Amino acid sequence: MPTSVSLDVNGRAVTIEVDDPGMPLLYALRDNLELKGPRFGCGLGQCGTCAVLLDGEPVLSCETPLTKAANKKVVTLEGLGSPEQPSPVQQAFIDEQAAQCGYCLNGMIIQATALLAKTKNPSIPQIKKALADNLCRCGTHLRIIRAVQRAARNA
Amino acid sequence: MPDFVSTRRDVLKTGGALLVTFTLAATACSALAQSSARNKTVASDQVDAFLSIDADGQVTVYSGKVDLGTGLRTALTQIAAEELDVPLDQVNLIQGDTALTPDQGPTWGSLSIQNGGMQIRKAAATARKALAEMAAQRLGVSAAGLRIEDGSIKAGDRSISYAELVGGSTFSLKVDKDAPVKDPALYAIAGKSVPRVDIPPKATGHFTYMQDFRVPGMLHGRVVRPLAIGAKLENVDGSSVNDVPGFVKVVREGNFLGVVATTEWGAIQAARKLKATWSKWEGLPERTHLWEHVRATRVNSDEISSNVGNSANALSDAPKRISATYDFAIHTHGSLGPSCAVVEIIEGKITCWSASQAPHRLRNQLAAMMAIPLDNVRCLYIEGSGCYGRNGHEDAAGDAALLSRAVGGRPVRVQWMRADEHGWDPKGPPILVDLRAGLDRAGQVVAWESESFVPEDGLKPVPLVAATLAGLPSATEPPLQYVRAKFQNVFAENSAIPYTLANVKTVAHLLAETLFRPSWIRSPGRLQSTFANECFMDELAASVEADPLEFRLAHLDDARGIELLQRLTTLAKWQNRPSPQKGGGGIAQGRGISYVKYELGRTYVGAVAEVEVDRRTGEISVQRFFVVHDCGQIINPDGVKNQIEGNIIQTVSRTLKEEILFDRSAVTSLHWATYPILTFPEVPDVIIELIDRPNERPWGAGEPAATIVPSAISNAVFDALGVRLRSVPFTPVKVLAAIEGH
Repeated sequence: MPTSVSLDVNGRAVTIEVDDPGMPLLYALRDNLELKGPRFGCGLGQCGTCAVLLDGEPVLSCETPLTKAANKKVVTLEGLGSPEQPSPVQQAFIDEQAAQCGYCLNGMIIQATALLAKTKNPSIPQIKKALADNLCRCGTHLRIIRAVQRAARNA
Repeated sequence: MPDFVSTRRDVLKTGGALLVTFTLAATACSALAQSSARNKTVASDQVDAFLSIDADGQVTVYSGKVDLGTGLRTALTQIAAEELDVPLDQVNLIQGDTALTPDQGPTWGSLSIQNGGMQIRKAAATARKALAEMAAQRLGVSAAGLRIEDGSIKAGDRSISYAELVGGSTFSLKVDKDAPVKDPALYAIAGKSVPRVDIPPKATGHFTYMQDFRVPGMLHGRVVRPLAIGAKLENVDGSSVNDVPGFVKVVREGNFLGVVATTEWGAIQAARKLKATWSKWEGLPERTHLWEHVRATRVNSDEISSNVGNSANALSDAPKRISATYDFAIHTHGSLGPSCAVVEIIEGKITCWSASQAPHRLRNQLAAMMAIPLDNVRCLYIEGSGCYGRNGHEDAAGDAALLSRAVGGRPVRVQWMRADEHGWDPKGPPILVDLRAGLDRAGQVVAWESESFVPEDGLKPVPLVAATLAGLPSATEPPLQYVRAKFQNVFAENSAIPYTLANVKTVAHLLAETLFRPSWIRSPGRLQSTFANECFMDELAASVEADPLEFRLAHLDDARGIELLQRLTTLAKWQNRPSPQKGGGGIAQGRGISYVKYELGRTYVGAVAEVEVDRRTGEISVQRFFVVHDCGQIINPDGVKNQIEGNIIQTVSRTLKEEILFDRSAVTSLHWATYPILTFPEVPDVIIELIDRPNERPWGAGEPAATIVPSAISNAVFDALGVRLRSVPFTPVKVLAAIEGH
């Protein structure tokens, strides 16, 4: 039975029709809306690559049913900035060259954005703690920490 | 029945004019558009295989080596721009397309700059020389009087551009191995930390990874793997998924089972709900007896990696003898994004988009599996989640090929789920190393012997899962095309030692069978051998109460190696004293050194690890790594540092935490909770010193720094506690057992 779910994605009102209202938000963003920021990593809430901001709070879109996002504001990596006009956190990641494959960057930047919204000058342990549930396989952690510090400095 | 495209139309129809800056269909079209260059040569002795210059002067580099998330795209662009004297933004790069790029071998072995980049440099140098000659003729001057700047060749106040000389046409020239290359002293682009071109789109969600790639009319596939590796598919109840929205088909071919649906979520649901029964199979050994199993496996042949003097006699005559056994667990690649591929078949011709490190090999394998001529298969590389060796991408491509064939050749995207990746990617094999050595009364090592137990397959193509399950062929390649430093079997690399001893014999026993599908993960063989050798070297130093760094220097006859270790001494503020240090307290601190000369023929790395060990819990915390790295000429220093950081952190993770668990039937570490990796709070600091040698040839940096990590940590733990860890991973349980047994 198709269901319509209305939500706000990156400042735009969208309505998504799905056959299964239990479908995770991730697939609506990636497949229905063709967004590439939120990424599939595990589908189990273990790696953080699928993170988005839901009403300003970071959530894992792979385990958030689409219906839970109904009438809420979703911000994805694309909603933060663009290659031409990156957000301060995105710019800091670019400046620090904080990527190898970059597959984890979505989750890192979403979490860092949420952290810096609440904590203006986080210590290194605070940054590590905030990112503790976000996995990076390439070993880019040190650059990511430096990027978050740089973003905090530039804020 | 909505497919992907019409679902997208639904969104537009309902008024959601969402900003999508880069449509997926456009990506597909740009890739497809490459087919217009159908007649382009890919013969690697031709300049045109590597380079073209269009009518606007834009240079396109065609690289068979691919960017696996290492920054290679940027580095190769630097090499070409430098050699041709054009600005960086005037160079495009097309990578890993069997129709367009030369076969430069798989992207492995830390050879992409060392071999692949140098082929491109040579092609560019040949082109530059030819362009200068053409310009000299056109301008009526001698070639010696020309200047080349920004893609223009100048004589006095007259100039002619590359575009005017060859724009849009071909060079039709053989690569000239004697074409003069630029003097590194004149470099303006190579050797600089040029920012990576891929990071801005990656940081903003605008980069198209393989996992994002879509083509019009594409269906979604998922695989349903056997519950046991060798199980037979007994029965499939297709009716169990008929009511899944978007369901298209169950595909069964032998023991290969998959589903196809119009939507991704439909495919996931169908794969989960499909009722299938499998036979019982318990062909794996007991995990607790893994090392007995490895030791008891039939040896097919031996590879003797070094044999100097008479080690047997010297060993029996030595006044002091030491022996030890080291083992290294089975690892998964653990790419953060599971493997993904799209295949379509039109009129018997296969197009495969994947993130395979080896598109040309994959092409051979797909042609064999699908029983179609090689010319009818085209494989295109699209960068995926990080790749550290032969992981599951080729297998996902095999899966997609069988599924596409079953739906009349329509494009099918196969995205592995997390359990597919952990459970079915090829694994870093279990490796066991026995060592024996003898010392004389002066504390010098007079004899060294080692025997390692390694997979026989080396670097042969790993069979595709789909082919194996379906009972089809998939590994057709004759022996290696890989340019090996010394050995046919990569797992024998670095089993020989970098020290100059009078009597050495090192042997790799090539085993007839290895669990799972053995493959290569960031630094096959060299990692495990260096772990064993460099820990054992430390054991020898400790046995004569020598400082471990000084002990290495005393056995080293290699100027670059000696310089490297001396610089490491300074960088790490190394205090000259033997290990272990005498310390008490609940948290013990230690430092450990390790050294490698990669494959005994290229990149040098030395490192000091500083650790803290909690005596009560057995937990090791790696505080920092000091690394000195000499890979000859450096193309992009920040890129090299990024690779070194990655090598260290990833291998700290593997050393401390990682081990594939399995029962008698299958892998049981199917996600990150059962295969934990290093997290932010556990990450060490990494302090790096690069030795740049602009006038030497460039060597690889993608792997060598990984090899020194386990031994540096083990040696640091020995320094802290006086106990020796000889089994990776160094879990708290093993640390406590070592303390207990001490």
